[in-house]
Amino acid sequence: MLDWLSDYTLRTVALGAATIGIVSGVLGSFAVLRRQSLLGDAISHAALPGIAIAFIITGSKSLPVLVLGAAIAGWIGALLALRLSNVTRLKQDATLGLVLSVFFGFGLMLLTFVQRRPDATQAGLDKFLFGQAAALLQRDVIAMAVTGGVALLLIVLFWKEFKLLAFDPDFAAAIGFPVRAIDVVLTTLLVVAIVIGLESVGVVLMSALVVAPAAAARQWTDHLGGMVALAALFGAASGIAGAVISARAVNVPTGPTVVLCAASVVAVSLLFAPARGLVFARLRDRRTRRRFGARHVLEHLYALSEQHEDPGHAHATSVLEAMTGRRAGVGADLDALEGQGLAQRSADGEWAITDAGRDRIRRDRQVER
Amino acid sequence: MTNGVNAVEVEDLTVAYRDEPVLWDVDVAIPRRVLAAIVGPNGAGKTTLIKSILGLVKPAAGRVSINGLSADTQRRLIGYVPQRGSIDWDFPTTVLDVVLMGRYGELGLFRRPRREDRDLARAALDKVGMADLADRHISQLSGGQQQRVFLARAVVQDADVYLMDEPFQGVDATTERAIVELLRDFRRAGKTVVVVHHDLQTVEEYFDWVTLLNVRLIANGPVRDAFTEENLRLTYGGRLAFAARNGADVARAAPEGGGEVAVLPQEG
Repeated sequence: MLDWLSDYTLRTVALGAATIGIVSGVLGSFAVLRRQSLLGDAISHAALPGIAIAFIITGSKSLPVLVLGAAIAGWIGALLALRLSNVTRLKQDATLGLVLSVFFGFGLMLLTFVQRRPDATQAGLDKFLFGQAAALLQRDVIAMAVTGGVALLLIVLFWKEFKLLAFDPDFAAAIGFPVRAIDVVLTTLLVVAIVIGLESVGVVLMSALVVAPAAAARQWTDHLGGMVALAALFGAASGIAGAVISARAVNVPTGPTVVLCAASVVAVSLLFAPARGLVFARLRDRRTRRRFGARHVLEHLYALSEQHEDPGHAHATSVLEAMTGRRAGVGADLDALEGQGLAQRSADGEWAITDAGRDRIRRDRQVER
Repeated sequence: MTNGVNAVEVEDLTVAYRDEPVLWDVDVAIPRRVLAAIVGPNGAGKTTLIKSILGLVKPAAGRVSINGLSADTQRRLIGYVPQRGSIDWDFPTTVLDVVLMGRYGELGLFRRPRREDRDLARAALDKVGMADLADRHISQLSGGQQQRVFLARAVVQDADVYLMDEPFQGVDATTERAIVELLRDFRRAGKTVVVVHHDLQTVEEYFDWVTLLNVRLIANGPVRDAFTEENLRLTYGGRLAFAARNGADVARAAPEGGGEVAVLPQEG
């Protein structure tokens, strides 16, 4: 199972994918918290024409050249979308959607144009659509790790600035922080995180690696530092798993595999995270409802015993159902009360409060007073 | 500082959103060491006035000065308490962390909060009665507690002039008393506090200076001079009904056309 560590190609692919996952997980955390999840999508799609233009101008297919083209186009797209929503009445989601589709459409056009050229050297640019991790070379991975490392270093340096920008930008501006500049730096770092993953994951699905690890990480922690660290971990795990699976299987593109891995982390987090997960929230709800439900029934049993000459007189379950206005669950509540010794069942299946139950109610009412 | 210099001075301020003036040629002068209320109906430009003073909104015309100097050079001296609803209270951070943000301006770029900053933040939390909640996640706070956290952040800012956007909005009576006490502490310490305020009934009790605003400036002066029936009518138009109580003018806003006296609705 761990033989991929000794396999040169696989090791390269896995390290590359881990780098991508870490950097996009960290930057994605800030994007998600700033409600700019769509920004990642816009950047990655906007990068496509940059790749084609870089190839047309230089005729080179070397990764650094193409990635630089991608970065410039992605950066222009991102700033254009953010600026458009400031100067026009369009909302940010509209301008992001607009930039995404226009740039991507233009990129596809250029790609077709490049592929029709008579020289056969063009082939291979379309791997940027869905990603091809197996194409990674060791020197590519080193370049990615260095670039990504610089991005992470900047995050550490500007930690409190980025945090305040994400949490309360007006306050940041009011205390004199250069909010515009900080915003541009953070957006630029997001562009970096995205373009280093384009060759392996592809422009179409790269944004999933921005959003998914961050969304999953948010489920498990209430601290920004914890969230960013966990997002890096989830991103790395999804990247490695996706890259290894797609490299092992025949004809499975990397992008979709990575995205499916990240999606399963999200699914598990949404369901099973202790504080925010749906499953535990449901269980907590049920426990609370049951506790209050049983208490409610006990109050009614007490009221009945107060009204009746014989306080031990038993009443049918249907009477209590009518009093509580509930059909379901009253029987279970009565069983629970019996278990606690607060209610008792008569020989013919009817119910009455016990002395202990009466004491409980009276004591609680005294406390309330 | 020189006597006679105003804490906040706004001259000829005009702010417009897409042709629609929000503030029109407004002049406001607020002296040092007062608690000042900015009062006016919804859409009167109260928040915009505060944001213009803070430099968050770009005016079409006008000048703002703090302690007689251009506001842009005085950012460190200005404390800001935004509207509670302006931020995401589900953001992954703790109460102490939010209060620490009040130290960020002093720290400047790169530097991290240190132990003494943490101590200041804890002391500020203690001052607003939230010392026990320092390590809570902010999503677990009630509305009044959220407001106290914002005020603790303002305390650690140790500013000279505070601008607060509806700090009393949606808080219970206990928190309201605590906030008023804190504002008076600020005044005793020689600070100036400018508050966007909605409850006309408490203006005379809480504040010594009032600015009445409805896009244009209606009045600006000591409460006993400026907070008059006539000025309130000019500010709120025909929507006001008046009732005399304890010899003082107590103003209440009534629904349009309705004869019944009602409390002024809060801005959303």
